[in-house]
Amino acid sequence: MRVIATYNIKGGVGKTSAAVNLAYLSAADGYRTLLWDLDPQAAASYVFRVKPRVKGGAKALIRGARPLDDAIKGTDFDGLDLLPADFTYRNMDLALNQAKRPTRRLSRLLGPLADEYDVVFLDCPPSISLVSENILHAVHVLLVPLIPTTLSERTFDQLTSFIDDQTGRKPEVLAFFSLVDRRKRLHRDITTRLPAGRSDVATAIIPSMTLVEQMSVRRAPVPAFAPRSAAAQHYRELWAELRARARLR
Amino acid sequence: MIASGTDQVPERIAAALEPRFTVVRETSRRARQVWLDTFDRRLHAAGLALRQVAGAGCDELVLSTSADADVACERLQAPRWPRLLDVIPAGPLRDRLEPVVEIRALLPLARAEGTLTRLRVLNRQRKTVAHITVDAASLVRPAPGVLPTRLVIAPVRGYQTAADRAGRLLTAADGFAPSRHPAIESVLEMTGQRPGDSAGSGEITLSPAMPARGALAGVLLRLADTITANVSFVIRDVDIEFLHDLRVAVRRTRSALKLAGDALPAGMAARFAPEFKWLGDLTTPTRDLDVYLAGFDQMAAGLSAASPGDLEPFRAHLAARRRTERRRLVRGLRSARFTGLMADWRSALEAAAEPSPGPEPDIGSLAADRIARAHRRVLRLGSALARAGSGDGPSGTDLHSLRKRCKELRYLLEFFGSLYDPAAYRRAVKNLKGLQDCLGEFQDGEVQREAIRGFAAQMLARRDVRAAGRQAAARRQAAAPPTAAELAATLLAMGELTAQLHARQLRGRAEVADRFAQFTRARILRTLGIADRAARS
Repeated sequence: MRVIATYNIKGGVGKTSAAVNLAYLSAADGYRTLLWDLDPQAAASYVFRVKPRVKGGAKALIRGARPLDDAIKGTDFDGLDLLPADFTYRNMDLALNQAKRPTRRLSRLLGPLADEYDVVFLDCPPSISLVSENILHAVHVLLVPLIPTTLSERTFDQLTSFIDDQTGRKPEVLAFFSLVDRRKRLHRDITTRLPAGRSDVATAIIPSMTLVEQMSVRRAPVPAFAPRSAAAQHYRELWAELRARARLR
Repeated sequence: MIASGTDQVPERIAAALEPRFTVVRETSRRARQVWLDTFDRRLHAAGLALRQVAGAGCDELVLSTSADADVACERLQAPRWPRLLDVIPAGPLRDRLEPVVEIRALLPLARAEGTLTRLRVLNRQRKTVAHITVDAASLVRPAPGVLPTRLVIAPVRGYQTAADRAGRLLTAADGFAPSRHPAIESVLEMTGQRPGDSAGSGEITLSPAMPARGALAGVLLRLADTITANVSFVIRDVDIEFLHDLRVAVRRTRSALKLAGDALPAGMAARFAPEFKWLGDLTTPTRDLDVYLAGFDQMAAGLSAASPGDLEPFRAHLAARRRTERRRLVRGLRSARFTGLMADWRSALEAAAEPSPGPEPDIGSLAADRIARAHRRVLRLGSALARAGSGDGPSGTDLHSLRKRCKELRYLLEFFGSLYDPAAYRRAVKNLKGLQDCLGEFQDGEVQREAIRGFAAQMLARRDVRAAGRQAAARRQAAAPPTAAELAATLLAMGELTAQLHARQLRGRAEVADRFAQFTRARILRTLGIADRAARS
């Protein structure tokens, strides 16, 4: 089982769109896939029409009083399941803090799912917190959407050095440019310059497209409702890079 | 769940589930289905049903339980059935089938064609909570007929409650009802293949008061059915159990002729016994080779000095011998002699089964008399061996005679088994089997050692033939002939096999005395309620 998290300290950068579309493509490729919507805003749960509610909330899940297994819901797509968000996830830090070995708790909770899933996507809330630290320990690949600005380049550097400072197993990091506007010169410059110099930035980019925004209206992943669209093709290219990075056979 | 009629089933489902749920048609495809099982219905006996579903870009084998729940499935391009299990790629489906099906082939029981429609059931948030598959099919083979339209409701994970509610709404609606039995039962019922009907597997139940001649003829007719039912499968080499079953029926027929043939019309046993001996002998070489080849890996794994790979030329030799012997067997089973034998035998038995005008002994007395006699013979020979049992133990010839007497008793018990209390019968057979097993260990070891010597000689002779430049003979063999060094290694490994067999023989012989004592103590005649008058007088 490979665990992949979409993560950024900043919000509104295309984390959920990436998680939803890539999880869909993973399932379509035949991998048994689970998407855990960790963000209390519950955008991924909304797209899949699943009620953002988990009995007992974050506390019950983190304590292990309710196995993750029980809370999982099937989506409308073969091979893709969802662990929905819950509003109590906003207090997940508190629940984690009260658990034993708080920084490794998520990793332990995911353990029992290894027989059932080939790929687990974590759609993370934007922050640096105990939850983020947990995610670093639990995942194999940290997928970081970046808006092509000088500031986000700095944020990414901060994130990589934060990971380097961690002890124990470290995840692979793969950043990709999101919400790219080809009309903007700055966007064009950064998206060509940055991937050339470093292996942790994907060559595939996700442009800013109306179709991606349509996901929340159509309530389905882009490749499901517009399989031939350019947006779907961009996500497929990103998935191909991510799959190789996650060493999925 | 079953839908009455075949018209507009998806629309009727949608109407039944409104307004709580919305039903959306997802896919609808023509599908061919083939239900599969072994000849002796092993899957059915284990509460399983296997079907190949093919059509519209989908080819899969689906295994389901008697509750119609799918338990395993594997994508597989439909092969030409029947096939052995090795046609299914390694995986959960094969793992699930292997312990049940073992070495038997999967045969097509019935073929159907129809439409599989997949519906999605949406809740008020338009989230899919269940899938309903509507399976509307008609049987094509072995006989045409419309199967009941089946509905399978599969909940989406986490939405069991909603799926249950949809199920309840359907059950409450007109035109839908819970199915009383799984799909396979309808198929079997419509094709007249009720479980246990696999030709020849049914036993005739005897009652002690039946006239002996008619009852005997009845059992022999059933054995003739078994022989006939297996022939075409033996000819096509579907799996090795068909030949085994055919041989068991022939052996039982032969021992009935030998041990109770006098109850049949005069001259009948003398007329048919030599013909069934011919039939038995015809099948022996192929069966022996089947047994060798089926147990080959286990035999090879038991080697300690030689490596299992050394035996490969031996395996190739056995396979080549089997091909030759099978050709002879198939010629025999297609011959006029065999067809004539079965036709004459059947008409003679049918005549014998007719009630005769005069008084006749009953089958209960006949069976008791013959079982008691055979039992006496076993005791007499066994006791003589036990008395002589010193030094190296009894001789091979004596053990062989005892084994033959035991076999006769066993066949009689099996032949007349239905006359006795099932528990008592099982106990009696179990006791006898204990003795037979160790005698078998000895005798089979002897026969197999002889056979291995024979095979070794054949392998050497064939090598000489090839060395002399008879290329035509070599061309007939698909595999390249072994080199001198390979052949030497093979022969040495075969030598080790004979040593192992010898060790097994010695163990068997050492056990005979104990097993015989146990057999004597078991008093199987008393267990079966048979009075041994001769022993008392």
